[in-house]
Amino acid sequence: MTISHAAPPLHRTALPRLLPPAPADLRAHVELHGPLPSANGLVAALRDAGLSGRGGAAFPVHRKLEAVAEAGLRTGRTPVVVANGCEGEPASGKDAMLLRLAPHLVLDGLRLAAEAVGADRAGTTYLAVERGSGLRAVLESALAERGQGRGQERGQEPGQHQVTLVEVPPRFLSGESSALTGFISGRPALPRFPQPPPRERGVGGAPTLVQNVESLAQLALVARHGAAWFRAVGTPAEPGTMLCTLHDAWSGPRVMEAATGTPLRRLFGLAPQGSPQAPVQAVLVGGYHGSWLPAAALDARLSAADLGVPLGAGVLAALPADRCGLVETARVLRYLALESAGQCGPCLNGLPRIAAACTELARPEAATRRPGLLADLARWSGLVQGRGACHHPDGTVRLLRSALTVFAAEAQAHVAGFCRAADATPLLPVPAEAPQEGAA
Amino acid sequence: MNVTVDWTACTGHGLCAELLPELITLDEWGYPLVQGVPVPSEAVRRARRAAADCPVLALKIRRQHS
Amino acid sequence: MTATTPVLWYASQATGVVCLVLFSAVTLLGVMVRLRTSLPGLPRFGTVTLHRSLSLMAMLFLAVHILTAVGDSFVNISLLDAVLPFVSGYQPLWLGLGTVAFDLMLAVVVTSLLRARLGHRSWRAVHWLAYASWPVAVVHGITLGSGSGHPVSGAALWLTVGCVAPVLVAIAVRLYLAARPSAPTTPAGLLAASGFPATGVPATGAGARDLATTSTRNGA
Repeated sequence: MTISHAAPPLHRTALPRLLPPAPADLRAHVELHGPLPSANGLVAALRDAGLSGRGGAAFPVHRKLEAVAEAGLRTGRTPVVVANGCEGEPASGKDAMLLRLAPHLVLDGLRLAAEAVGADRAGTTYLAVERGSGLRAVLESALAERGQGRGQERGQEPGQHQVTLVEVPPRFLSGESSALTGFISGRPALPRFPQPPPRERGVGGAPTLVQNVESLAQLALVARHGAAWFRAVGTPAEPGTMLCTLHDAWSGPRVMEAATGTPLRRLFGLAPQGSPQAPVQAVLVGGYHGSWLPAAALDARLSAADLGVPLGAGVLAALPADRCGLVETARVLRYLALESAGQCGPCLNGLPRIAAACTELARPEAATRRPGLLADLARWSGLVQGRGACHHPDGTVRLLRSALTVFAAEAQAHVAGFCRAADATPLLPVPAEAPQEGAA
Repeated sequence: MNVTVDWTACTGHGLCAELLPELITLDEWGYPLVQGVPVPSEAVRRARRAAADCPVLALKIRRQHS
Repeated sequence: MTATTPVLWYASQATGVVCLVLFSAVTLLGVMVRLRTSLPGLPRFGTVTLHRSLSLMAMLFLAVHILTAVGDSFVNISLLDAVLPFVSGYQPLWLGLGTVAFDLMLAVVVTSLLRARLGHRSWRAVHWLAYASWPVAVVHGITLGSGSGHPVSGAALWLTVGCVAPVLVAIAVRLYLAARPSAPTTPAGLLAASGFPATGVPATGAGARDLATTSTRNGA
């Protein structure tokens, strides 16, 4: 198995790999990375490279490709490939950044993945982004550069590799695999009962590969440079680089490409341990379905094994010592509750109650008046976990439980009637809420 | 054989809990709490009936291939 | 197939009455399943089971009702009239209503037997036809039930009222409960019910959506 090295040789450990300094058009992209390679041996290369999905679930990419290709052969249906750029998480900006700066890397990956699973008919590749993200224009011009006109105008038939651009409603769950495949199939963008899963029956009933846009970009690089190159940075168990979105109180939110295994302290640009500058109280790892960790996590490295929690889509937030972690968490939980699809009884009933209780806990004057608050939160967490069509309640409970653990002392203070935080400035981004029409 | 719930369809009628009390109880909102264990052989017929009788066809029977 | 005594005719009338009672009970039970009512002494799955058992029994009596009417030589009803409405020699309009009711009920029963295969949505769409079938059957019964060409009167009329009234009450309750908003069914509604409604809470925190500048640093 040899990978064509037609691309200009890249230093093995040079960073960044994915993000160019400025948006790269097709010419700049080919100059930087070389022409589109062949998809021969791609799955084996991905297996050796150990590339796992960058959309949050970290599922091995080669296994997804194998499963979809096999389902296509078994059912006799041509598979479909969907590049998932629906970045529903408010705190994450990496997919948007990647699509603005390196759309051709993503499109290369989409094309290669389609070849690898046998999605070789017209109308079987899709690229999905959120409506209102402003990415449509960028992507349309990138597709035009690749020779994809508006088909009918030129009197051409849609090409075999024509990518259909899809804009989904800007909701947190729109990027969930079954919601996304359902939306493309003409149904609402809501999660479905996961049997059979989208890789068996997805868009139009065909086996569907749904892959995050960053995963596809990484795939496009592995196809050019091979598994050994990919593994030259990062940890052995979680090789390569990943895009992270960082939030802290000292700079604005920013997207970084970092090798796994990088110490978090270096990512955040913080002074070495023991320095009195800007102390951090806790770190959020993995976004709004992720986990709060105590400040000691700053001395750990960017790896799920090291941190002991999933990295999700790479959202990291450093909470300053003078903020209230419970107030931050309550705001996020409220957002997550409102973003529930409302289809599944336990989630519909549990998440709003959890959010309301956490909001009460975040206000010392309310927390003192509710003795059963923590018991209610524990009970409801147990009731929503694992009882839904998707993992929204599970992720929400993970965030809540980690908050109650890391901010346990704060919770006790609130129940006793006081909050220790001095600064009420919100750190984590939560979109505005539309006022409810005619409250029931 | 296992029973699972299609949560997007379930509206908490609760017939399944009546037919399979050893496997299914109802939570405080009326939705089924299903134990993840295989259906014992003496309950298999009742499990099939519960799946057929569910007013919204939310209870599903899954044959496990271990 | 000829009968010199009107046995078949009386049998058809009698089974017709039984059908009225049974189908009314079935419709009533169907509404009760939907409303989650329990019958005294029965668990909730008993309501469903009774609904199904009675409907199958009713179809059996309906089959006898139709076959005896066809077999009887007193009136001109052919087997075709059992499925094709409004073409019979005898009372084409009122008999035709019975045919319409039978056709609809046949669709309801067949789809119910194949329910697991059809899936809930398709099954439910057809099952709504039951709400059309029952009143049509009742009118068929009122107009033809006396067997003398006049509408039913006396005891037969009171029996009909006794069957129809409970069903109408149940349907009225069903419509009332559907129209009146009860428990909130959206996350926003539930949050409001918990005391924390969405009152145009503004956005907070610095968003990550439109990071215009490329602040990438090598994390190596």
